[in-house]
Amino acid sequence: MNLSIITENFGIYAEGLQNTLMLVSISLAIGLILAIPLAVLRCYGSQRVQLPIRAFVYFFRGTPLLVQMFLVYYGFGQFEVLKTSIFWPFFREAYLCALFTFSLNTCAYTVEIIRGAMVATPHGEIEAARAAGMSTPLMLRRIVLPSAFRRALPAYSNEMIFMLHGTALASVITIVDITGAARIVNSRFYSPYEAFLTAAVLYMAITFTIVFFVKRLENRWHRHLQPQQQTAEDN
Amino acid sequence: MRRILGVAILLCLLGTTVQANDWKKVRIGVEGAYPPFSYVQPDGQLAGFDIDIAKALCEAMGSECVLVAQDWDGIIPALLAKKYDAIIASMSITEERKQKVDFTHKYYQTPAKFIQEKGMMNAFSTEAMKGKKVGVQRATIHDRYLTDNYGQSVEIVRYASQDEAYLDLTAGRVDMLLADSVALSDGFLKKPEGKNYEFIGPDLSDPKWFGEGAGIAIRKGETDLAEKFNKAIDTIRANGVYKQIQDKYFDFNVYGE
Repeated sequence: MNLSIITENFGIYAEGLQNTLMLVSISLAIGLILAIPLAVLRCYGSQRVQLPIRAFVYFFRGTPLLVQMFLVYYGFGQFEVLKTSIFWPFFREAYLCALFTFSLNTCAYTVEIIRGAMVATPHGEIEAARAAGMSTPLMLRRIVLPSAFRRALPAYSNEMIFMLHGTALASVITIVDITGAARIVNSRFYSPYEAFLTAAVLYMAITFTIVFFVKRLENRWHRHLQPQQQTAEDN
Repeated sequence: MRRILGVAILLCLLGTTVQANDWKKVRIGVEGAYPPFSYVQPDGQLAGFDIDIAKALCEAMGSECVLVAQDWDGIIPALLAKKYDAIIASMSITEERKQKVDFTHKYYQTPAKFIQEKGMMNAFSTEAMKGKKVGVQRATIHDRYLTDNYGQSVEIVRYASQDEAYLDLTAGRVDMLLADSVALSDGFLKKPEGKNYEFIGPDLSDPKWFGEGAGIAIRKGETDLAEKFNKAIDTIRANGVYKQIQDKYFDFNVYGE
């Protein structure tokens, strides 16, 4: 172990950490914002609306993230039509290609997570909402979505962690994320152990941060599911 | 009787240890993504100058060789981890690498050069290169040279293999590439996808960055294998096999001075 390699190259890791955090937070945000309306349409839309959403989810869940990224990064670059179009400045950038792929990928998984949680809404709650004369949008807003988010949280925290680890693939298309930084350091000093161990520690730190905040959110949202706390008045 | 048996067993044991150091079988790490020196043919077979040289050297050493394809990034760590015994992968002999591995004598030496899209710059100048994206293979002498000399003025994009750098140059994601001139000319410029690109700037061969040519890397201390390779390089240089292989790929002298 030669830790001086890591301390001397901390700048590279700092750049990598910043890129990883940006990639994962932006793609999760875009993915989630797109996924909520898509999940609602997937549950309540007509067949014509559901079909493209099903196809989208099917494609992104049915193929590896690496293959999707290669399709976007190397694949799109092959078409002259695209290269002369207004979209090219976007797809020219490796960073934006990665962001594009990651966002759609996490969106597809999140649609399924939220849809599953919505379908699991107890039937009685829906009947009660209907009986109280709520319209579908109102029922969604007041009854279905809030309880669906509660049920979706554990599964969604998994998705966040998977996405974080998925961003390691960005290093394959020249982006200097945490893994990319480790590769540069490894290739310069030929010390894979130190280089990748540092990357592992950084990923673990981010994962535990995510877990910590999800746990707090769970405590808040799932208070009704926890065993009742004994209070002084009860005795 | 017992003594004879004991001696016989001892001899057998000695015999095997001697054989193990005999280098009857040598495993060689190659890259496979660096045309025309090393590439994978459509049928999946490895081919190229490095590959042919490796085979010729093995024949000259009288050893049986196994070629192991390995990504460039991990090519030295895998040698140190004994996944193979030697690297024949156009690896330049540099001071930095010598701290980790031993090298044989060089087996070829060619200068490095920039390429650009035809007419992007009329004349090579550091001033005109400011802010341009320059692609380079990660952890090569070219990466080192670019980082040390142009690190502040250009944006360096690092690739795992030369093939990926060519893809991004044609896709317009980088403006220039720096690499070995022969690899660039035969691996890219002479191919249909390279027709819009050209060399720019001087031949670069400063020994401070570009070393003493490409050699064969061996684990430190295994001087017997290094010596065998050195002798084999001399043999194929002398008996014309080297020239035959050279003429198969190039129309000039790649060995250098």
